[in-house]
Amino acid sequence: MIHRFALPLTLCALLLGTAAPAGAEEPLTIPLSIKNHRFNPDRVEVPAGKPFVLIVKNEDATPEEFESKMLHREKVIQGGKEAKIKFDALKPGEYPFVGEFHEDQTKGVIVAK
Amino acid sequence: MIAALVIVFREVLEAALVVGIVLAATRGLAGAGRWVGVGIAGGLGGATFVALFAGSIADALEGYGQEVFNAGVLLLAVAMLTWHNAWMTTHGRQMAQEMREVGQAVQSGQRPLAVLALVVGLSVLREGSETVLFLYGLATGEGGLSDALTGGALGLAIGFLAGSSLYLGLLRIPSRYLFSVTSWMITLLAAGMAAQAITFLSAADLLSIGEVLWDSSTILSQESLPGRILHTLIGYMDRPTSVQAAAYVATLALIYGATLLASTLSRDTRRAPVTVRRE
Repeated sequence: MIHRFALPLTLCALLLGTAAPAGAEEPLTIPLSIKNHRFNPDRVEVPAGKPFVLIVKNEDATPEEFESKMLHREKVIQGGKEAKIKFDALKPGEYPFVGEFHEDQTKGVIVAK
Repeated sequence: MIAALVIVFREVLEAALVVGIVLAATRGLAGAGRWVGVGIAGGLGGATFVALFAGSIADALEGYGQEVFNAGVLLLAVAMLTWHNAWMTTHGRQMAQEMREVGQAVQSGQRPLAVLALVVGLSVLREGSETVLFLYGLATGEGGLSDALTGGALGLAIGFLAGSSLYLGLLRIPSRYLFSVTSWMITLLAAGMAAQAITFLSAADLLSIGEVLWDSSTILSQESLPGRILHTLIGYMDRPTSVQAAAYVATLALIYGATLLASTLSRDTRRAPVTVRRE
């Protein structure tokens, strides 16, 4: 599904990209949703060596906590809300993450290539 | 129900260990129990408040409100623990002496009690707000209220047990060493909190978290029970980064410096005891 802010964000990125000189580029943003306690997509591919931001939309009514111990990230996302989670540049590899409140079913992995 | 138990236990564990250390550190001070009680109650009230406004907090500061809030709470606790250790350097020996002489609780330690009560409150606040949100989700969602309450109560009870065990264990230490031991524990607790605050600051895009220094997750995972306990007590991390390690070491240095400064100042003015240790 198309993210609510995907278009504005892309436009902003384009604007900044054209207006600002190289080096000041917006970090890559990747939308992700939680529905019925599943991540969609549950496999997120990112380029290695570049910082990026996950925009996680919780489409369930209940709160969820995005957590990646490996990447030192934990963030509560209220039901129906979205949150952005900033990641530093990664080395190539696989980095699992979970929804801590439903850890056995809410799972995903970030793959840096 | 098991999910509720596990999550509530995890959240309660950290706060319970902090309470255990604080209770041991304030042993023999009049009103210690009451102050800690005030801290816990204040923390619970604050946690409910934070949970209610979690949405607004999360949306604040360009979407990084939650991270900045957590970092702020942790850094405030670090500052309070630093102050406490510096205060104890100058007053601890006198208090210990007084305690031995009268053989009962002393009145002179009300200020550190208030500070430590705040630390307890901050720990409960941070861990508690997530617990409240989780239980709320469970109660309104799939599990139902009874599931949330049963699991939550069991998790709370086991967490309480862990905190009590630590406290009772610390009480077995002869009282002449107890102050030194709790001072050290508070120092390590603060250093671990500072490293954790770095994690939140980097998550808020305010600083870089640095390179991972080592990975000992196969030897002792931070997610295992001993890993979690050590994470709280001494700040153990299975994949620490350079900036986290720097914050850890800087906090150790800060507390050492603060106690040194406090004892120097008090020696200048009152010819008070010089050393940190209380034999």
